[in-house]
Amino acid sequence: MTKPIIQIKGLHKSYGELEVIKGVDLEVDKGEVLVIIGPSGTGKSTLLRCVNLLSSPSKGQIWVDGDEVTAPHTDINKIRTKVGMVFQDFNLFTHMTALDNVMIGPSKVKGMAKEEARELALFELERVGLIEKAAAYPGQLSGGQKQRVAIARALAMSPKVMLFDEPTSALDPELIGEVLEVMKKLAREHMTMLVVTHEMGFAKEVSNRIIFMEDGYIIEEGSPQQLFYNPREQRTKEFLGKITELYGEEG
Amino acid sequence: MTELAEFWEMIWPELGRGLVITLRLSTGSLLIGLLIGFPIALMRVYGARWMKTLATIYVDLLRGTPLLVQLFFIYYGLADPNINQLLVRLGLPEGLLVLEPLTAAYLALGCNSGAYQAEYLRGAIQAIDAGQMIAARALGLSRLQAIRYIIMPQALRLVIAPWSNEVAYMVKYTSVVYIIAVQDLFGETRRIMSTHYNQMTMLPFVGMIYLVIVLLITWGMGHLEQHFHIPGLQIDVERG
Ligand SMILES: Nc1ncnc2c1ncn2[C@@H]1O[C@H](COP(=O)(O)OP(=O)(O)O)[C@@H](O)[C@H]1O
Ligand SMILES: [Mg+2]
Repeated sequence: MTKPIIQIKGLHKSYGELEVIKGVDLEVDKGEVLVIIGPSGTGKSTLLRCVNLLSSPSKGQIWVDGDEVTAPHTDINKIRTKVGMVFQDFNLFTHMTALDNVMIGPSKVKGMAKEEARELALFELERVGLIEKAAAYPGQLSGGQKQRVAIARALAMSPKVMLFDEPTSALDPELIGEVLEVMKKLAREHMTMLVVTHEMGFAKEVSNRIIFMEDGYIIEEGSPQQLFYNPREQRTKEFLGKITELYGEEG
Repeated sequence: MTELAEFWEMIWPELGRGLVITLRLSTGSLLIGLLIGFPIALMRVYGARWMKTLATIYVDLLRGTPLLVQLFFIYYGLADPNINQLLVRLGLPEGLLVLEPLTAAYLALGCNSGAYQAEYLRGAIQAIDAGQMIAARALGLSRLQAIRYIIMPQALRLVIAPWSNEVAYMVKYTSVVYIIAVQDLFGETRRIMSTHYNQMTMLPFVGMIYLVIVLLITWGMGHLEQHFHIPGLQIDVERG
């Protein structure tokens, strides 16, 4: 067994009085696709944000690719280059073309030469099938296209891990497919992915493991087969029932 | 008609001189205001607590008191003998703060405009979606880089509209400096009026000059805004 690429031990996170993560232990192997499900407000986003220190853990330790991110005096910006993140509402830089959005990370964070960064950005846009939109501004793209550019932007940093926080929740139904396709392709290329999503079809088809979170705890985890067809916990059953009602069988 | 033309020919050299001073004073004060407003806005949004407090006090003080009071304070107040004595005791040159009228005018208008410009810029920065900063940090950009490459380019576009108001206001506000005997457009006007007793023709006329300047500025700034417009983007800027 190689060392897990992400290791979380005894993670707690509070916002003031409110404890949002109440002791989470988790290991993610290289190349694994981990799907996190659970009701809203249970700390799924917070868990992802602790991994790249967008939220700083209140207690516990996290390692990413061998580096302890929770150690005092870690170089946060260096760790973040190893962890790509994709947000629900895309957060593309509105004043930049798709190309510049993808270029800015490599050129400003890694100090890559402009020409090289440009080549790389074009390659990443190609990867998400949007090379013809390189010169377009976010305001000129559809939601699905925006999210694909956002994925390319994260990929351009050659991350070891990709975090997806409900990447399709803000999309019109007909635009969800194109984003999921890109994510499936990444999974096939053995990208390590942590995905918070309600897309059960995607979870069944792509994930190696599913985690059900509620109220700051991991309630249950297992393979898609086990979790969907044979959940141990009553709460998991109830949640899956509601989700199926809301989103349909294939998510 | 010829009478009017003659009158105009007679007063034009003086009015023209005043106009030049008004334009210089407006430009200079706006630049001073920019130099003050920019860091004050950054301090207010991104600064440590004490910076925020300091910046807030500055802004509230200068927006909360009449411009005339500020002008008098800088021109008359600073020239006070007690202050002069204090300067000397601190080893500074005597009369350092006894200012020329024009200098006092630049300072008062500049400091005042700085407070307003700071507020406009702060508003623009805060109008930008928080997700922009989060996404920038998630990419690995430092806070400073994020401000420089992501936040500021957007905020500066947003602030063009309120700042163009400020430019137009400034041209009009400069007219208060006649009161400390600066010979700006309005100062010259007052002088001409007092010797020629021709107020009814003078005032609308000078008013028109201000109006034309303001319209030109509004037009120019509109073009600037268009020039920097981001394709596909629609943002409603809260003006003022
Ligand atoms: N920055 C924050 N400050 C205060 N409370 C927060 C913050 N971020 C999240 N929370 C709270 O933490 C809880 C969990 O949020 P979140 O991790 O976003 O849940 P989920 O992604 O599962 O919906 C919620 O109650 C939310 O209101
Ligand atoms: Mg969430």
